[in-house]
Amino acid sequence: MTASFDLWKFTKWVLFYLLVAFIVVVSVFPFYYAVLTSFKSGTALFQINYWPTSFSLNNYWNVLNTGSFPRNLLNSIFVSSVTVLLALFIAITASFALSRVRFRGRGLLLMTILGISMFPQMAVLAGLFELIRFMGIYNTPWALIFSYTIFTLPFTVWVLTTFMRDLPVEIEEAAIVDGATPWVIITRVFMPLMWPALVTTGLLAFIGAWNEFLFALTFTSSNDTRTVPVAIALLSGSTQYEIPWGNIMAASVIVTVPLVILVLVFQRKIVSGLTAGGVKG
Amino acid sequence: MATETLGATAVVPKRKIVSELTQQRARAARLFLIPMLIALAIVAGWPLLRSIYFSFTDASLTNLAGAEWIGFGNYLRWQVLDSGAVRYRGLLVDPNWWNAVWNTVRFAFTSVAFEAVLGMIVALVLNAEFKGRGIVRAAILIPWAIPTIVSARMWSWMLNDQFGILNDLGMRLGLLSQKVAWTASADTAMTAVLIVDIWKTTPFMALLILAGLQMIPKDIYEAAEIDGVHPVKQFFKITLPLVRPALMVAIIFRLLDALRIFDLIYVLTPNSAATKTMSVLARENLFDFDKFAYGSAMSTLLFLIIALLTILYIWLGRVRFDGGDR
Repeated sequence: MTASFDLWKFTKWVLFYLLVAFIVVVSVFPFYYAVLTSFKSGTALFQINYWPTSFSLNNYWNVLNTGSFPRNLLNSIFVSSVTVLLALFIAITASFALSRVRFRGRGLLLMTILGISMFPQMAVLAGLFELIRFMGIYNTPWALIFSYTIFTLPFTVWVLTTFMRDLPVEIEEAAIVDGATPWVIITRVFMPLMWPALVTTGLLAFIGAWNEFLFALTFTSSNDTRTVPVAIALLSGSTQYEIPWGNIMAASVIVTVPLVILVLVFQRKIVSGLTAGGVKG
Repeated sequence: MATETLGATAVVPKRKIVSELTQQRARAARLFLIPMLIALAIVAGWPLLRSIYFSFTDASLTNLAGAEWIGFGNYLRWQVLDSGAVRYRGLLVDPNWWNAVWNTVRFAFTSVAFEAVLGMIVALVLNAEFKGRGIVRAAILIPWAIPTIVSARMWSWMLNDQFGILNDLGMRLGLLSQKVAWTASADTAMTAVLIVDIWKTTPFMALLILAGLQMIPKDIYEAAEIDGVHPVKQFFKITLPLVRPALMVAIIFRLLDALRIFDLIYVLTPNSAATKTMSVLARENLFDFDKFAYGSAMSTLLFLIIALLTILYIWLGRVRFDGGDR
């Protein structure tokens, strides 16, 4: 009796850990395989291996020394950073107003912001194209910084509003008694409390901007102004049958490793930020 | 300003007089909101209106300024032939468009259905206490962190017909009898897209569901345990009903996201009619086929579809707007 009971428990335990192992392997394997491929060169590329067999840095050398990939990397870093700083700057004051001050039409405004963050970017593409051409920033990083505001700003406002709403009212009351104006309350009282939220929101917005493809594809047209996702998507050989898989995988690994490290370091914060905002990064 | 004072005086008799402080805060709030409102108007409002406007014109990529109003011609126009028969033209009778609509809807519902079920399983695993839970949570964040374009290329290498590891694995395990051209063949292209999308977005779904699971008080399960309720029954009678609000919000959110899919399909299965979605077709017409006005009409319809669903989402998620009034 006891033996069969233990056996049932043991089977359950084994099945559970098999499921866990399956989840981990499926999640990690494609990335592992990309890393594996990126270290292969020549004919080794076309032999299917499940474990590392050869080690060569050829692909990394190719990607970083020929073509415009380093330039694309710098473009991506510049565009994403400026976009995030701009969005956070505008969002801090706006979310203070939305979370701490009662005014008419606040609910409607919040809904509009949420609505914009779920906008299909395709719906504004034609109009944005015209506007960007009109402003003379077509094929420059500014075109991307300008257009990315459409998804980073609503997202940061939304998440910061949810966060600020939860700050205790007593702190603010104490500041008001001391004669602090709303501006002083934001900069001196809330900002120091908000660093964790700002970092999380900024990071999520950064990932969003870093990964963006549609606008980057449409609003830039030369190798030197492209961002990394577009560069990787358009990386091709001399003919369509000669896709440089080794180089593509090396470029992919270069782009992904910093993100994966950031995400793993800020794991907890990102999970809470994602669930608070309910927004996809 | 005028409306503000009007609203304030209307309340006065019932509440105490509006203080100087409240007025100061209201003024500050208005000032604080202006930059955001201007930014959103320029970057979202105006381009949206222009896109809709273009859909009623004959604009072309090279001649945006000379666009002339043609009414609903891009959507539907007809012509009476000499024989008396009527010929319809335009987006609403374009088989390519309806093919794209069907592809998008099929993709969105299939992927979200799979993601909901798999996300629920992953969330239940993560909600259990076991050794190595941190590793699992870290592992499932990896697909989420990888840029869509990168995952599309990684998978197109893994799905390669000749040298792809998935064909090799499938044949070794006896699941496939011959190598499959996953992304190139019309029969399997949609499956390939679905595999990659489900792989990439299930983690997001799982995290949202997990947040819902963690809000269920533990003592409900303890009580059920004492009453001897079977775990499967516990799931359907306790967990599922209680996690439903979180699940619904996650599903509708993902659905809206899936309906606008562009990048994955653009990279994984370019030029495949079997996977072409509304977004892909619209961009193609806007910039590749020089049918700017026609493409605008497509993006306008896409916007209308998603706007309707967004209203539904906000209506279901409105709980969030209540409470926390300060």
